Amino acid sequence: MTAYIIRRFLYAIPILIGVNIITFLLFFVVNTPDDMARMHLGQKRVTEQAIEKWKHERGYDKPVLWDSQAEGKNKITNTIFYQNSVRLFLFDFGRSDNGRDISYDISQRMWPSLSISLPGLFLGLFAYITFGLTLSFFRASYLDIWGVVICVMMMSISGLFYIIGGQFIIGKVLHLVPISGYDTGLDSIKFIVLPVLIGLVGGIGSSTRWYRTIFLEEMGKDYVRTARAKGLSEQMVMYRHVLRNGLIPILTGVVVILPLLFMGSLITESFFSIPGLGSYTIDAISSQDFAIVRSMVFLGSVLYIIGLLLTDISYTLVDPRVRLQ
Amino acid sequence: MMPVIFITDGLIFLLLMMVFSFVWYARGQEHLRAPWRTVARSPMAMGSAVILFFYLLIGIMDSIHFHPQLENVNNEEQQYSTKILSLLDVTVTHLREQDEKTFSAPFAAHAYSKETIEVSDGSTLREYPRLNYGGAHLSDPDQGKTIDIILKSVVGVIIGLIVWCFVSSVIVFTSKCRTSLSFMGVVHSMLKKNNDIPWKVIHLTIGVVIVSLTVLLYLSNYYHIFGTDKVGQDVFYQSLKSVRTGLVIGTLTTLVMLPFAILMGLMAGYFRGWIDDVIQYLYTTLSSIPGVLLIAAAILMSQVYMDNHMDDSIGLAQRADIRLLILCLILGVTSWTGLCRMLRGEAMKLREMDYVQAAQAFGVSQFRIILRHLLPNVMHIVMISIVLDFSGLVLAEAVLSYINIGVDPSMHSWGNMINSARLEMAREPIVWWSLAAAFVFMFMLVLAANLFADAVRDAFDPRIRGA
Repeated sequence: MTAYIIRRFLYAIPILIGVNIITFLLFFVVNTPDDMARMHLGQKRVTEQAIEKWKHERGYDKPVLWDSQAEGKNKITNTIFYQNSVRLFLFDFGRSDNGRDISYDISQRMWPSLSISLPGLFLGLFAYITFGLTLSFFRASYLDIWGVVICVMMMSISGLFYIIGGQFIIGKVLHLVPISGYDTGLDSIKFIVLPVLIGLVGGIGSSTRWYRTIFLEEMGKDYVRTARAKGLSEQMVMYRHVLRNGLIPILTGVVVILPLLFMGSLITESFFSIPGLGSYTIDAISSQDFAIVRSMVFLGSVLYIIGLLLTDISYTLVDPRVRLQ
Repeated sequence: MMPVIFITDGLIFLLLMMVFSFVWYARGQEHLRAPWRTVARSPMAMGSAVILFFYLLIGIMDSIHFHPQLENVNNEEQQYSTKILSLLDVTVTHLREQDEKTFSAPFAAHAYSKETIEVSDGSTLREYPRLNYGGAHLSDPDQGKTIDIILKSVVGVIIGLIVWCFVSSVIVFTSKCRTSLSFMGVVHSMLKKNNDIPWKVIHLTIGVVIVSLTVLLYLSNYYHIFGTDKVGQDVFYQSLKSVRTGLVIGTLTTLVMLPFAILMGLMAGYFRGWIDDVIQYLYTTLSSIPGVLLIAAAILMSQVYMDNHMDDSIGLAQRADIRLLILCLILGVTSWTGLCRMLRGEAMKLREMDYVQAAQAFGVSQFRIILRHLLPNVMHIVMISIVLDFSGLVLAEAVLSYINIGVDPSMHSWGNMINSARLEMAREPIVWWSLAAAFVFMFMLVLAANLFADAVRDAFDPRIRGA
C-alpha cells in the first residue's frame, strides 16, 4: 500500500511539470513579456524605459529559456522559465500586479470558498442520493417517469438562471437573506444559506438522474435477485444492498473534487460577492492580472492531482477487489 | 451582393457537407441505419429533432454573410456597403432597424422611463413618451392595444396554418414518391395509430413551431414582442442572432476535437507501449488543469495576442468571429480528453478481437487496420459523445460569456444577453424581458438537444440495445 502511494506520488511529478510547461507556454511564449508590459502600461504611447522597468520589477528581463551569456549552471537557472517554475513548485507565487503577496491572499481567501463549497457538497450528496434512491425504488411508476422528466428539464436550464432567479425570489422579493456579501464568524451563516441552496437546486437535475442510473444498474445485478429470493423486503434490499453498493461509484467520484473545494466556484462567488478564491480568480481575469491567473491554474492542477491520488486510494480501501498494480 | 465568408461560416458548411455525406453513405449500410431507425421511432426524439431543425435553419440563415449593395447613384461601378449582413438580417430587417431610444417592455407602446416632452403650446411635460416603432400604428394604445394584439395574433395563426399545410403537404408528397399510395393514402397511413415513424408527432411539432414563429414574426412588425434593451435594440432580434453563436459553439467545438480524440485514443489503445504512455501523459496533464481556468488563461492570452499582432484592417465582425473560433478551439482542447480515454479503452478491447488478429496475420498495414476495423466499431461511442456534449457546450457558452472569457462582447449571444440584463435587475420596475427571452430560447434548444441525445444514446449503446 505504502509503495503504491509513493509510486502514485512520483507519477504526479511529471504531470505537474507538464502543467507547468503548458502554463509557461501560455503566459510567456504566446505573448512575450514585452507584449504584456505594453498591455499593462497602455498600448501605444509607452517608452522603452518604462517597459524595461516593468519587466525588471517582475524579473521578466531575463532570457526566456536559455541564457547563452551566463556561465555554467547559470545558463539554465538565470531564465524566466527556471525562476518561475521553481518558485511555483515551492508554492511561492510571488506578487500580483498591484503588489500584494499572492500566497498570503490565497491562504486568506480559501476559507470563505470552503465555507460555501463544503456544506454544498454534503447537503447535495444527501439530497441527490435520497432523490435518486426514491426514483429507483419507484421505478417505472408515474413518480419515476415524471421525476426523470423534471430532471431533464432542470438540466436544460443554465446555472446562471438558478442564481439570478434565487437571488431575485429569496433575496429581493421575500427578503429572507441578504442578496450577497460575506461576514466572518457565525454571522456568515445568513450569507452562506442562499448560495448553498441555489447550488443544491442547480445540481438536482443531472445528479439525481445520474444516481438513479447507478442505482438501477445495481438493482439489475445478481446479488439483488438473490436477496429478493431470500425473501428480503424491497426496503431492506434497497438500504442494505443497493444503496451500499451504489455508494461506491458515487463516493469515489466525489473524492476527486474534495481538494478542489478550496478553489470555490467562480460563478457562485462572483454573484454573491464572497471573498473566496473563485472571485479572486474572476477579479484577476477581469483586471488581466496574469500572475494571479497563472498561480490559480497551477494550484488548481495540484489540487486536482491530489484528488486523483485520493480517488485511487479510496478505491482500494472501499473495494478490495481492486488490485494495486 | 458580395458574399463574405467568415471562418466559422466555412467550417459550418464543411460540417454540413460532412453530415450530408455521412447520411448518404449510411443509407446503404444496414448496421448504420438500424440504430438511427430506432431513433426515428421515438416520438420524443423526432419532436426534438424538428425543433433542432428549425434552430439549425435560423443558424444557417445567419451564417450566409454578404456586403449589401449600395444604391447605384450615377451609373458608376457597383458599390458595396462596408456593413456585413446575413440572410437572417435581411429576412428580419424590420427587427434590426427599428431601434428605440432605450428600454421598453414587451408589447409596450410607451417607453420605460419618463422624459420631458414639449407640448405644442410651449410648456413641458414629464411623461412616458410613445415609442418610435412599438405600437406606433395605434392612435390610443391604452384602449385598443389588447384587442389589436389578439387580432394580429389571429392573423398570424392563420398565416401560420397556411404555411404549415404547405410544408406538411410537401412532406407528404416526398414520402408519396417512395410508395405507390395516393396522396390521401399517405395522409391516412401517417395518421394511423401504430405507425413505425411517429408522423403525427412530427407534423404536430412542425405545426406548433411554424405557427408560433409566424405569430411572433407577424406581431414583431408592430410591436417589440420581447421588448428592447438598454440601447433600444429589439430583444427578439438579439435572441434570433444568438442562435448561431450557440450552435457554432455546440458543433464546431466537437468538430475541432474529434480528429484528435479519435486518432489519439485509437492509437494509444491499439499500439500500446510508448505511444500509449505519451498519449496518456498528454491527456492526464491537460485534464488535470481545471477547465475554466485553462479557458480563462487561453482566452486572456489570445486577446492580448490579437491586440498586439492583428492588422487594424480586420473588421470588428471578423475579429469577433476569430475570437469565437478560438473559443471553440480551446473548449475543444479541454473536452477531448474524456472521449480519448473512452476510445483508448475500447480500442484496447477491440485489438484482441479475432478479426483484428486475422487482419494482422494477413499483413494489413497498421494504419488500415485502425481505419477499417477499429474506427467503424467505435463510431457509436463517438456519436453518443457528439450529441451528449452539445447541450453542455451551449450552456457553457453562457457561463463563460458571463465571466467575460466567452464570445466577444459585440457578438450576439445568450450569455452576453444574460450578462447585460443582470446589471439591470436592480431597476424598478424590473427589466426582466432580456433574461426571459434568453431563457426561453436557450431552454428550448438545450431541452430538445438533451431529449434527442437521450434517444441517440439509447439507440447506439449496445448495453441498452441488448436489453
